[in-house]
Amino acid sequence: MTDLAPTLGHRLRWTFTDGLTLVGRELGRLRHDPGELVAALLFPAVMVVLFGYVFGSAIQVPDGGDYREYLMPGLFAMVTFGAVMGVMTRTATDASRGVMDRFRSMPMARSAVPFGQTGADLLTGLLMLAVMVGAGLLVGWQPHRGLIPTAQAFLLMIVLRYALSWVGVWLGLAVKNDQVADAMVPLFLPFTMLSNAFVPTDGMPGWLRLLADWNPVSALTAAARELFGNPGAPPAHVAWPLAHPVTAVLLWSAALLVIFVPLSLRAYLRNGR
Amino acid sequence: MTDPIVVAEGLHKSYGSTHALRGLDLTVPKGTVCGLLGPNGAGKTTAVRILATLSEPDAGHARVAGHDVVREAGEVRKRIGLAGQYAAVDEKLTGRANLRMFARLCHLSRREAHRRADELLERLGLVDAADRRVSGYSGGMRRRLDLVTSLILRPEVLFLDEPTTGLDPRSRGEIWDNVRELVAQGSTVLLTTQYLDEADQLADDIAVVDHGQVIATGTPDELKATIGDRLDVVLDDPAALRPAVTVLKALAGTDPTTSGADRLSVALPGRGLRLAEIVRELDRAGVAAADVRLRRPTLDEVFLRLTDRKELVR
Ligand SMILES: Nc1ncnc2c1ncn2[C@@H]1O[C@H](COP(=O)(O)OP(=O)(O)O)[C@@H](O)[C@H]1O
Ligand SMILES: [Mg+2]
Repeated sequence: MTDLAPTLGHRLRWTFTDGLTLVGRELGRLRHDPGELVAALLFPAVMVVLFGYVFGSAIQVPDGGDYREYLMPGLFAMVTFGAVMGVMTRTATDASRGVMDRFRSMPMARSAVPFGQTGADLLTGLLMLAVMVGAGLLVGWQPHRGLIPTAQAFLLMIVLRYALSWVGVWLGLAVKNDQVADAMVPLFLPFTMLSNAFVPTDGMPGWLRLLADWNPVSALTAAARELFGNPGAPPAHVAWPLAHPVTAVLLWSAALLVIFVPLSLRAYLRNGR
Repeated sequence: MTDPIVVAEGLHKSYGSTHALRGLDLTVPKGTVCGLLGPNGAGKTTAVRILATLSEPDAGHARVAGHDVVREAGEVRKRIGLAGQYAAVDEKLTGRANLRMFARLCHLSRREAHRRADELLERLGLVDAADRRVSGYSGGMRRRLDLVTSLILRPEVLFLDEPTTGLDPRSRGEIWDNVRELVAQGSTVLLTTQYLDEADQLADDIAVVDHGQVIATGTPDELKATIGDRLDVVLDDPAALRPAVTVLKALAGTDPTTSGADRLSVALPGRGLRLAEIVRELDRAGVAAADVRLRRPTLDEVFLRLTDRKELVR
């Protein structure tokens, strides 16, 4: 009978161990498919060049800073939000190819699958951030406020990324179909563009500006600009999330986790019932 | 009488307005192969998903290896394997990496997981392909990998949902050999299939499913016996077709089917009639036959009769 009601500690331990096995699975996939890894890492680097030099030549930074300095925090935010799409696609693929069913028919810790999935994304996310930093430094971006604020900026990105990856799990389980998920990926671009990541929101029409100011991409971008000491600090009378970007990002992260962790776990346990 | 290891009683399951299962009952004795045979949409997959704890019935209950599939799902999962239509492997990993990962998730230690993976690859003849990525496997190899993945924990009960659908004859034969080997080692297998020859080849018992219910059960021989032997007659002279039809109808009680101008076939009720008797009746009516043959019906004929379908399900 003890077997039927394993202790909480026992269950947590297996959730952790099985989660690690699934993180290992993602690493294995990357190792067996280095092309995909290179493509994933190349994407942000290409963005730096594309936006930095192609658009940058035409865009004026508000208080006259360098556009690439202005742009990098926005690109960091963009890459962070890529977590939603990546995790959604992988989850939907598992659900539609039956891998999820196999997991669910095995005596493994049940919630390990979403935890493993989001944990694995964190690793890919760190790798992508590292490449972005390299690319940024190459085009002349740099943090100006010292070690601690810089570390805080990256920590914020990681926290929000993790929260966003749970949105990805939930979306993936909701669409359940890898083709639908693939079709949804392009929606990601307008979502991140509708923000202060590439241009200041001041010039947008009122209603659009409201959306852009409250877009979490904007909050993360503003927080990173502030912590890196990059140009583009918002004027005094802006929307609340841009006036208090660090708090806003933390609140966004907490809210997303509180909503999407239980929703995703529930969706996973009930999938295909 | 061996103990049943799978027992399902009155399983119901609806998806919206579709009644996938309407009171399905099933008993599988330990150490046997049970073939769940039915056309597309009969409810086979739904039944397997419930028995494998992936889905819960709306009504009814089931026990697998001594545990309730809903209340003791965790215990059931330790004792079953699932492969086929809806179980899968990671296409981006190699066969070996897949097996190792799933073995780790079955809570084998790292060393045990590696050993078990090697052992299974060896046993199912996948060693050559072990270090290639699954995306490059043929359909048959993929199914076999899927099958071995379900064997990691030496399951007491193995569920195979249409394990050979869509495979070429050679790959089907290989999977059949694998299944026979497993059963020889004492596993119980519940196999769903729409292929009658597959059920005939592998199953000790067959449960015919249609519209979410089991409509007949028995060994392949018993099922064939339920519709009696078949009588095939080839005439010397096509002109004798009319009297021949009359004779066969009198003997069988139903209209014979004809094919071509000189061939007749009819199912005989029960198994009372002897060949000599039949020939005598034909003689008396002046029908000269080139060939008269009594044969067991094929499972196809049984299936058509039971499910009352006009054509074969494939
Ligand atoms: N998840 C589902 N949602 C809606 N309908 C379903 C679902 N699964 C099965 N069905 C329906 O239930 C019936 C039985 O399906 P299934 O068990 O897959 O049959 P089989 O495996 O014998 O082909 C079919 O009519 C099918 O369309
Ligand atoms: Mg099916």
